[in-house]
Amino acid sequence: MQEQISQIKEKALEAIKNAKDAKELEEVRVQYLGKKGELTLILRSMGGISPEERPIIGSLVNQVRDELETKIEEGEKSFANKAIEERLATENIDVTEPSKKITLGSVHPITQVVNDVKEIFIGMGYQIADGPEIELATYNFDKLNTPPDHPARDIQDTFYITDDIILRSQTSSVQARVMESQKPPIKIICPGSVYRSDSVDATHSPVFHQIEGLVIDRNVSMADLKGTLAMFAKKCLGEKTQIRFRPHHFPFTEPSAEADVSCFVCGGKGCRVCKGEGWIELLGCGMVHPNVLRNCGINPEEYSGFAFGFGVERIAMAKFGIDDMRLLYENDVRFLKQF
Amino acid sequence: MKASIEWLKEYSDINVSPKELGDILTMTGSKVETIEEQGREIQNVVVGKILEIKPHMDSDHLVVTKVDIGNGEIVQIVTGANNIHENDIVPIAKDGSKLPGGVEIKKGQLRGVESCGMMCSVGELGLDIHNYPNQIENGIMILASEQNEKIGKNKELEKSLGKDIKGELGLNQTIIDFEITPNRPDCLSIEGLGRETAVSLKETFKNPHKNLDEIKVPDKDDIEGLTVSIEAPDLCYRYIARVVKNVKIGPSPDWMVKRLNGCGIRSINNIVDITNYVMLELGQPMHAFDINSIEGKHITVRRAKKNEKITTLDDQERSLDETMLVISDERKPVAIAGVMGGQNSEIEEDTQTVVFESAVFYGGSVRKTAKAVGLRTEASSRYEKGLSPENALRVVNRAVELVEQLGAGEAVEGKIDVYPTKQKVSQIPLQVDRINHLLGIQATKEEMMNILEKLEMKVENNIVIPPYFRQDVEQLADVAEEILRFYGYDKLETTLINSETTLGGRNKEQTIRDKVAELLVNLGLSEICTFGFISNKDLEKCNIIGDNEYLQEAVYIQNPLSEDYTIMKTTSVPTMMQMLQNNNNYKNKDVRLFDISRTYQDKNEATKKGELPLENNILTIGMYSDNEDFYTLKGLVENVLEVSGMMRFDVRKEGNNKMYHPGRCANINVGNDVVATLGEANPLLTRNYDISQRILLAEINLDKIAKYARNNKKYAPITKFPAVERDISMLVDETVEVGRIETIIQKKSKKLLEEAKLFDIYRSEKLGENKKSVAYSLRFRVPDRTLKDEEINSVMTEIIAELEKSLGAELRK
Repeated sequence: MQEQISQIKEKALEAIKNAKDAKELEEVRVQYLGKKGELTLILRSMGGISPEERPIIGSLVNQVRDELETKIEEGEKSFANKAIEERLATENIDVTEPSKKITLGSVHPITQVVNDVKEIFIGMGYQIADGPEIELATYNFDKLNTPPDHPARDIQDTFYITDDIILRSQTSSVQARVMESQKPPIKIICPGSVYRSDSVDATHSPVFHQIEGLVIDRNVSMADLKGTLAMFAKKCLGEKTQIRFRPHHFPFTEPSAEADVSCFVCGGKGCRVCKGEGWIELLGCGMVHPNVLRNCGINPEEYSGFAFGFGVERIAMAKFGIDDMRLLYENDVRFLKQF
Repeated sequence: MKASIEWLKEYSDINVSPKELGDILTMTGSKVETIEEQGREIQNVVVGKILEIKPHMDSDHLVVTKVDIGNGEIVQIVTGANNIHENDIVPIAKDGSKLPGGVEIKKGQLRGVESCGMMCSVGELGLDIHNYPNQIENGIMILASEQNEKIGKNKELEKSLGKDIKGELGLNQTIIDFEITPNRPDCLSIEGLGRETAVSLKETFKNPHKNLDEIKVPDKDDIEGLTVSIEAPDLCYRYIARVVKNVKIGPSPDWMVKRLNGCGIRSINNIVDITNYVMLELGQPMHAFDINSIEGKHITVRRAKKNEKITTLDDQERSLDETMLVISDERKPVAIAGVMGGQNSEIEEDTQTVVFESAVFYGGSVRKTAKAVGLRTEASSRYEKGLSPENALRVVNRAVELVEQLGAGEAVEGKIDVYPTKQKVSQIPLQVDRINHLLGIQATKEEMMNILEKLEMKVENNIVIPPYFRQDVEQLADVAEEILRFYGYDKLETTLINSETTLGGRNKEQTIRDKVAELLVNLGLSEICTFGFISNKDLEKCNIIGDNEYLQEAVYIQNPLSEDYTIMKTTSVPTMMQMLQNNNNYKNKDVRLFDISRTYQDKNEATKKGELPLENNILTIGMYSDNEDFYTLKGLVENVLEVSGMMRFDVRKEGNNKMYHPGRCANINVGNDVVATLGEANPLLTRNYDISQRILLAEINLDKIAKYARNNKKYAPITKFPAVERDISMLVDETVEVGRIETIIQKKSKKLLEEAKLFDIYRSEKLGENKKSVAYSLRFRVPDRTLKDEEINSVMTEIIAELEKSLGAELRK
């Protein structure tokens, strides 16, 4: 009997070896290990052998069966691998063919600058404030220390809806609204559209965008203003950007300053963008005028604050190298898609 | 304000280059716009004397001259000029010289005769003929002449032969042009700029006109019969008159003409030039007029009468009204106060007695008057900033001093000084700690006092008293600015606010707005940027006419820039259509745009009641493309609502919106509140905007979205129980909206339904005209058990019954 088992084993191993594909291998498995397989029949005929021999034969059969099963499995695996290899060989694609992506749209360059600025100031603890574009003259002018006879109120400069209602000429109008409605500490920036009676040309537009900043608290100083703007300039225009304050005059700040930044195109050496100066005028700023604080119900003996405001278009144009402001409002997709 | 360095040197030593001076003054607040070195382009042009003039052999219009160009050098020059005489002294451009505009003069031959240079005209030297009234435009500039009486002899000039012409003509000045901020009218004078220069350079302020503070001129009620009264003390703070008699009108001396020219002012005659010179020197405009032109010898400063007329010095008749202030005699206005004098009182060649007026008017009124009559003058631009009444006296005395110095007339004793509105003097406590805190510096009291003293601000008992010429310094912050200007803006440290931490961030509306914009960009739309203005014509192009609320609620601009920008947009559609048209004109294909901007509604005529109109934040989508239709747009809008957190809304057909295709338009509603409108543009719009493709438009009110959006997400356990799927297919009339089918399915499925998915709509002739086949795949599932067939069957039966009953649906097997 042992010899018979040994023969079956040899035959089976030979058949496994000769199997040409997974199907033939399966046939071999059925022939030897299936329900009516040769090795299975031997196990079934064990009833006819002596009890002493039984464990020996049983163990032998199991040993052979394990061996055959392993071999068959190995064979199967190798056939499967081969099939994958064959598939891989036929499934080549050209990865340089065009993709099926969604063509992304674009964020308008003005919004990009506004978004950058918002992120920087939110990081410094500022809230984003908002206010009406059609505004009471009192918020745009009177409360900001710009009395009725001030040149800024001329009909040539400001759009009027009625004598008392105008299109805001500056986002500073939001300052007055926030100061009236919130208690210090106040830390806000306000981006938005402003309106001035300028005809459209390469550097002017009747509508443009400003970002206004306002901080009111105890012990806020002009050095804090410079520090805040220095930090902002570095984050917005590059870590090497330097800031410079020059005296200036605005009705709603005292002392006032104009802030220049080292040219972010040439780094201060002098180029076309900075007109050879090495500096670019960035914004107007200053300590909130005590009259403004009083007008908005804040005691200038107790609180101080600073404000700054700048035009978004100018920064966007310098940053992206746009030489004509009109491009920003024509909205030609060939322009928009570049951003 | 222009100032020559040479003139500034009367007030301060200047030992730095013009560039350095400009940089230093810019950093102390007098911003330098330009630095112009006059005559920089003129090289090698000298003073020459014509020795002889002979005809040219080959030409009738040319002459051959011999010219002494100094140092014993005599050259031959051929010229076509016919205004020259022998012994005239003229500018000679020598061989190898340069003239403005890059012109180079070289030795050459004119019709066979050698010419070693060129005689120059006023224009060839780059000068303005108007500044040289005795010269002619088409001829050589004659500096001195024995024949030409107008110009006359000049023995002194004989000594200058061969000298550089720039020195002789005063073209060697360096002129700095300053941008003076409106709070500093004192710096619209050489004296004021000289003071700033001295303090900025840490030099001593040399005051060459100290005597003006000391002169005592007695007050008189009348001088030479002249009297003055002020009827409007609110608009005229002070009026001083002085009189000069035996006046000899004539040209001004060269030094004065040079200085006037340097500041951009033309010489007219000695008396007028004195008023201009003093204005430049001390910052106070003056007026001079002929005493004989004052009828009744009485001057009144009063408001003009309505439609009163005056012809000003520039020969224009101006119509006045009651808001304007005039200087008037008994019968007529003789000047518009602070703006310009009248022709009727002008200084003439034969004027004998001159009245010098030095007055101070309310700046706001001068500014408004100047704007109204369309005349912004050197005088008005100074007055409008608010001048010091105290300075007015110094100025008139200086003018009289100059008259005598120039020998132009004799001063009449006394002054008429009407001064009803005295200048206020501020008193500001010097709070050293507060100033240091405000600025973030550590300056000592001594440092502060030192700066203030140099600026002529007295500090007495810790009280700062600004000088009369600094009316802008009124409170602590102003004093702080003065200290900082000379402490140094560049010495400010950069510190960060030392206070309690604040939380930065966006509010709900802003967050939604930013999220939506980001989503749309990721979905392939480009953001645009637009103006808020439209016109009635734009609305008409968008089919908005008659009593449409977009017209009724429009906010009109009183002073629009043009007819295209008359109203603030009540709807964003016209603007979007315009931008689509722009792109269509550029032949851009597949254009997908979005805009987030405001619309403005004057609800119930709010603006008439002094209230603000409603402002809505509107997202507008506009697209044209071969591959997109209403349903693409609907998908975009639904994505916008999803990302905003708005989950519950209805889509309802809208057939009455004039701007949209009545068969292809929908509103998104929350209850009865319309939060968005979307659809195909009405073909009238595409025609009016000249676009051949279908346009997809959506207007979404982001304020309403923010109102309805919820951010209360909660986890629901994922059910373990299996779903049961049933398909249902039915034949309905074309007019039946699938939305109604879905509503019935939802309602009749007794909360067993998980999803009803439309998978086919089919139309064919076989189905019959105006019929469509609609097929849904329904998935039923509940979280707590496995559904039984019987339950589903009963629900299906109810659904089918209701579809048949309500919609006349026929079930297809």
